[in-house]
Amino acid sequence: MNFDYTEEQTLLENMVTSFVRDDYDWDTRCSIVKTEEGWKEENWKKFAELGLLGVPFDEDQGGLGGEATDIMIVMEQFGKGLVVEPYMPSIILAGGLISKLGSADQKNSIIPEIISGDRRYVFAYAEPQSRFDLFDVKCSATLDGDNYIINGFKSVVFGAGMATHLIISARTDGDQRSKSGITLFLVDIKSDGITLQNYPTIDEYRASEVVIENLTVSKENILGELGNSYEAIEEQVDLSTIAICSEAVGILQVLKDSTNDYCKNRKQFGQSISANQAIQHRLVDMMIEYEQAKSILYMAITADLSNSDERRKAASAAKARIGKAIKFVGENAIQLHGGMGVVDEYMISHFFKRATMIGILFGNVDFHMKRYTDLTQSNIQSINEDDGINLS
Amino acid sequence: MDTAFSSEDLKFQSDVREFISNNYPKELKDSIGAKRKTGKELSRDDLMSWHKILGKHNGWSAPGWPKQYGGAEFSPTQKYIFEQECARAECQYIMPFGVNMVGPVIYTFGNDEQKAKHLPGILSGDVFWCQGYSEPGSGSDLASLKTSAVKEGDHYVVNGQKTWTTLAQHADWIFCLVRTNPDAEKPQQGISFLLIDMKTPGITVRPIKLMDGSHEVNETWFDNVKVPVENLIGQENMGWTYAKFLLAHERSGIAGVARSKKALERIKQIASAEMSYGEPLIQDPAFKSKIANAELELSSLEYTELRTLAKDSAGKGPGPESSLLKIKGTDIQQMVTELAMEAVGYYANPHLGTTLSNEYVGPDYATNLSGSYFNFRKASIYGGSNEIQRNIIAKMVLGL
Repeated sequence: MNFDYTEEQTLLENMVTSFVRDDYDWDTRCSIVKTEEGWKEENWKKFAELGLLGVPFDEDQGGLGGEATDIMIVMEQFGKGLVVEPYMPSIILAGGLISKLGSADQKNSIIPEIISGDRRYVFAYAEPQSRFDLFDVKCSATLDGDNYIINGFKSVVFGAGMATHLIISARTDGDQRSKSGITLFLVDIKSDGITLQNYPTIDEYRASEVVIENLTVSKENILGELGNSYEAIEEQVDLSTIAICSEAVGILQVLKDSTNDYCKNRKQFGQSISANQAIQHRLVDMMIEYEQAKSILYMAITADLSNSDERRKAASAAKARIGKAIKFVGENAIQLHGGMGVVDEYMISHFFKRATMIGILFGNVDFHMKRYTDLTQSNIQSINEDDGINLS
Repeated sequence: MDTAFSSEDLKFQSDVREFISNNYPKELKDSIGAKRKTGKELSRDDLMSWHKILGKHNGWSAPGWPKQYGGAEFSPTQKYIFEQECARAECQYIMPFGVNMVGPVIYTFGNDEQKAKHLPGILSGDVFWCQGYSEPGSGSDLASLKTSAVKEGDHYVVNGQKTWTTLAQHADWIFCLVRTNPDAEKPQQGISFLLIDMKTPGITVRPIKLMDGSHEVNETWFDNVKVPVENLIGQENMGWTYAKFLLAHERSGIAGVARSKKALERIKQIASAEMSYGEPLIQDPAFKSKIANAELELSSLEYTELRTLAKDSAGKGPGPESSLLKIKGTDIQQMVTELAMEAVGYYANPHLGTTLSNEYVGPDYATNLSGSYFNFRKASIYGGSNEIQRNIIAKMVLGL
């Protein structure tokens, strides 16, 4: 038993670490988020050159055949640099859907283009009323000859403004909240019938509202089976959830370490504020939360993710537990930085904001606690009265 | 990353499982079960009989000891598996005072006569040890201890008072930190490590009743107790070094993950038998959510422990991170004992098994659950309070 990386994984980690160090220092990152586009296409090309865009894809399509651990490695380091390029939305989530559901033709034509950086898909799934329920889909697709006509509204689609294509979830059958009848469509983002309202997010990423009006999509651009995509959506969102948990763990490390350093250097009453036990114990509790977050991430990464129940449990356990750590470490990082914590100019607030938004993405603590509870507390054995109980 | 056990470790796991199922005495299970149901204290036999059985089996009573001293010399992973299996089967604990505490001090710092005299009894479980560290004025600040040992010819004369002496009422021997040099520059420098026969004249043990009514701990008084000089471990005034070494050994299994897991399973069973709002309590969203919360904490801690174990197996630890295991492990134990008490509603009230009444009321599973809750407030206080553990992490890990 070990938690070590393989030689290839160590190389991957070193590569992403040096990208963040050399090409994504704090000033560079600040200048990127202030541009109109909100990202740097050159960085995407660099990712392609480094092979990062191929990490999760099959070797058949030119990918690296990476597993959860490889994705964790990339995301954790991206977290440390608050990298804003849409790696998770495009490569992990949308890319994952295409790998999972694509026909041989679709995969052969699309995935190499994704890996080369020429195409970027993002997945438009959330709607104003759906909150975190992936099956709550109002957006409709109606058959019209060999085409589907799609109408609807998609909320907070991360990275849409940077994308060349969308995957849209639309209802071809069933009620608004039915798990069956959901179909995925692959569309060019420039298609008639798609209007984007682009905006920055509080954590300086970019997202869009996507208005879909009489969008015509040919049958052959259906991804996966007609009306039968929910399971795959849930699976890829679970895997993406684990990926953003990895990003969160990278961010938590920065929050914890920076706060530690700040408290050692900040002097009041003639001594470092870290000489105060009240501060020391807070820093220890932040460190414990960080370690516990990292541990549950390792639990999720090493779980049997090919088993759907295990995967659901692992993703929700990690997201719920890490969501709690985000709140504790994040809020205390700001508190211990004092006035420096609340200003825009100093980097700590940016890490806090990103971590907090990750806390919401794909479901907040309450949502995943409930999902975890529903998954784990259905089968309780009845009590054996003869056994007594041993709690000590 | 590979969290699977090797095939050797899996074989070991099934050997341990089989050994427990063939050798853990039914009479012991029954005796302990009956006492828990009726709120009675465990006897010395209850506490030691499983130890004695393990002592006859390849040194399994001393999992971490080297083979040359009769121990099992398990690898860190084997130790982990062994503890897990014992918890799974709800085996009685092995008392830590001999095996985990004084034993390693004796085989590391003791002389040949001391090893020959003491190690076999610890291993077999025939000799019951207790620990003489804390004093009324020396809790977290242990080095301020005052119990004195003055050398007079071939004896030390010991005077003073130890407290929180766990299970001293059963003990044959006590290992003590005593002050041999009151004039040392630093308090840590004047301390020695003495082994004392509890039958020596001048020793008085008085029970301290805890808030759940249990008798676990005691005051131990020393009034001109004559201790032969050959009972000094290592060198005079070097006791603090041995005490610190001992603390490092005390840590294995401190997180108690497997035991807490088992307890949570039982709480779920209780909560499915208890009713709330006309439905099993386990369906109550508020209660369910508390259970899930405890499970997530436990799952995180399990992987923190495995990470520590992996480091330990690679020869890199365990370091002061074990303070983290102590803090979170005891947090969870307290969470679990509270949930159990909460689960039984009104039947948390009856205090059964006292001298005041012979009535037995309520469901068997409810007996003494509130007692456990009150008793387990100790967990965040003993073994270096959780505040002291935070001081250790602040200093040793965070460099504050």
